[in-house]
Amino acid sequence: MNNAYVKNIIRFVLLILFQVLVLDTVQFGGYVIPYVYLLFILLLPFDTNKSLLLLLAFITGLSIDFFENTLGLHAAAVVFMAFARPGVIKFYFPTLEHTKGEEPGLSKLGVTGFLKYTFTLVFFHQILLTFLEVFSLHDFFNTLSHILINALVTTLGILITVMLFTSQRRKRKF
Amino acid sequence: MRNLLTFFLKHQFFSLFIILEIISFVMLMNSFSYQRMLSFNAASDISGDVFNTYHKMAAYFDLKEKNRLLLKENGRLFNMLLTNTLAPDSSYREKEDSSYQYIPAVVIRNTMNHVNNYIVLNKGKKQGVQKEMGILSDKGIAGIIIGVSQNYSLAMSLLNTHAHISARIKKDNQLVNVVWGEKQGRLGEVVDIPAHIQLNTGDTIITSGNSFIFPAGLNIGTVYDFEKSKNHNLNKAGLQFSTDFNSLHYVYIIKSLEKKEKMKLLEEVKNE
Repeated sequence: MNNAYVKNIIRFVLLILFQVLVLDTVQFGGYVIPYVYLLFILLLPFDTNKSLLLLLAFITGLSIDFFENTLGLHAAAVVFMAFARPGVIKFYFPTLEHTKGEEPGLSKLGVTGFLKYTFTLVFFHQILLTFLEVFSLHDFFNTLSHILINALVTTLGILITVMLFTSQRRKRKF
Repeated sequence: MRNLLTFFLKHQFFSLFIILEIISFVMLMNSFSYQRMLSFNAASDISGDVFNTYHKMAAYFDLKEKNRLLLKENGRLFNMLLTNTLAPDSSYREKEDSSYQYIPAVVIRNTMNHVNNYIVLNKGKKQGVQKEMGILSDKGIAGIIIGVSQNYSLAMSLLNTHAHISARIKKDNQLVNVVWGEKQGRLGEVVDIPAHIQLNTGDTIITSGNSFIFPAGLNIGTVYDFEKSKNHNLNKAGLQFSTDFNSLHYVYIIKSLEKKEKMKLLEEVKNE
């Protein structure tokens, strides 16, 4: 139990730092930014208290906002994503059983399942983020393609990050 | 009241969601306009320290390139020295405005791919930096300070939807404004061009000196695309910023020494 707390706190700090120091300042072309920090919310255990989930999402969003000078922007988007998380899990994996403290990770959901789950939630996050940021609908298709591209890049970034860490863990075992 | 409480407890998840979203939106209001951003000080020593530590580690990797740029700028400044001009005489002044002081600063964080981009600098209140000071790179203006903490300052880059710079067309001194063409990545836009003005590709746009932020005559960028529209009185043109935001390492914060006096004068005139 204690171990899970420590793991999540370390994950939180590392992901936030990686996001604000590296991913946000590197040029991927245009407005593309992979929001890999969302992985923290995605990987919280299945049985996390729903209200706690929202509060953690709020804190995560605020931390990003604090470094980005966008107070409230990411907080709103991540809370929205966390709100959708229980429903999305129920929708995609209605029969999935999980043990206490188990995470919806790559090994649990499988590659396809994890991609579905990640992309849907990241898409929700990106929708609110983009509309709050751009704040107009006059260029609807441009905005929509931006949402799609960014959601795809974020999903890809998250997949790469997860795979990197899983393979390392396996190496250590053998 | 009791009903409300039971409702809240029953639908705890949903209520909490709504409450957190409302808090977020209220906070987000601070970034809706330039004035609001100014009154809300977003710079902090904590984030500054984090950026600075990371910058110190990462800075080693492009020292060569930075040195090359500094050398180049030194050369340019040497060329501007009075002793370098022919027949120096005491009445000669290179610049009309000598009422500005330049504080050198290091860029410790700079974004380019956001909808609103910011620059974090390693100089703050202790070094005399204040809000609404301009930032100058070796090639042209780069942004405006909008927040200061003890040791760091936060600037709005020109690549920011709130950036609105009073400018002049260099060849005929016509007043225009420069904004960021949001859809165009690293390119800007010259707006409010009077209908009778014909701009050509390559025309230089400079600061007007009308605001107290930038002295007159600093480079902003060059025009790359101009088309007269038939139904508008005011035309637009595409602008290539002089500052290369990709390699922004060292900048100067422009401190206007007469700003207080000028502001006071304006206030007095207004009150009369």
